Amino acid sequence: MEHMPALYSAALRMTRNSADAEDLVQETYLKAYRAFDTFQEGTNLKAWLYKILTNSYINSYRARQRRPEQADGDIEDVEELYLYRRLGGLEAAAAGRSAEEEVLSRFTDEEVKAALESLPDQFRIAVLLADVEGFSYQEIADITGVPIGTVMSRIHRGRRALQKALHDFGLERGLVGA
Amino acid sequence: MSSQQGQENMDCEEAIHRLYHFLDGELTEERRVEIRRHLDECRPCLQAFDFEAELRHLLAARCRDHVPEGLRRRVAEAIDHEQRAAGGPPDRG
Repeated sequence: MEHMPALYSAALRMTRNSADAEDLVQETYLKAYRAFDTFQEGTNLKAWLYKILTNSYINSYRARQRRPEQADGDIEDVEELYLYRRLGGLEAAAAGRSAEEEVLSRFTDEEVKAALESLPDQFRIAVLLADVEGFSYQEIADITGVPIGTVMSRIHRGRRALQKALHDFGLERGLVGA
Repeated sequence: MSSQQGQENMDCEEAIHRLYHFLDGELTEERRVEIRRHLDECRPCLQAFDFEAELRHLLAARCRDHVPEGLRRRVAEAIDHEQRAAGGPPDRG
């Protein structure tokens, strides 16, 4: 059960409520237990567990929550280096990188989680698997059953959308200028 | 754009465009070398790369949650129940 904290966090980002997240984790462990004879020793246990978790979420909870699936094309295109550029970035490099990173450190945990949770499902899952859990593009393709090119696109666009969401929080709190 | 492969240094736009692949370790070694060379020479790009790397660390560090009281126990009990149900009657052979 060493993976439970990570799986629980992932479940919480997916379902966005703790009761469903707990159920999802329990369901995942039960399914893993039942299917354990199909797991190949020496292969990636964590990825295998995440595959079960992600599929369970997509098959059970998303349907239950009645959120319509959004097409990949529906997400707004956000430019590269969105947040960095709005913190004075490239043009003001002389200000020192610690200034931008200092702003990052002022976002609360809740804001960071909320920014991730604001993304549509497929982008949220891709970014969470890549950045929170550190899976490779190929591992994410295996976990989600989606082609690697799509995985890559979702991660990149999802990250930029997340930056925009963080920027919006920053605006609200006066951490960043308009 | 030069048609000579590997002769031109990479420009900023190209480097930024490959930023995520670089940070994700998804580039060929040749490309990584090109980008590192660019970063060695271009402070603004280096700072942009560092910022994006920092943002990823932010996500990993901040998206952590306390596992609710009792979840571990409930999961252990559920598996235990499953185990006992599958165990069936003892072998009478």
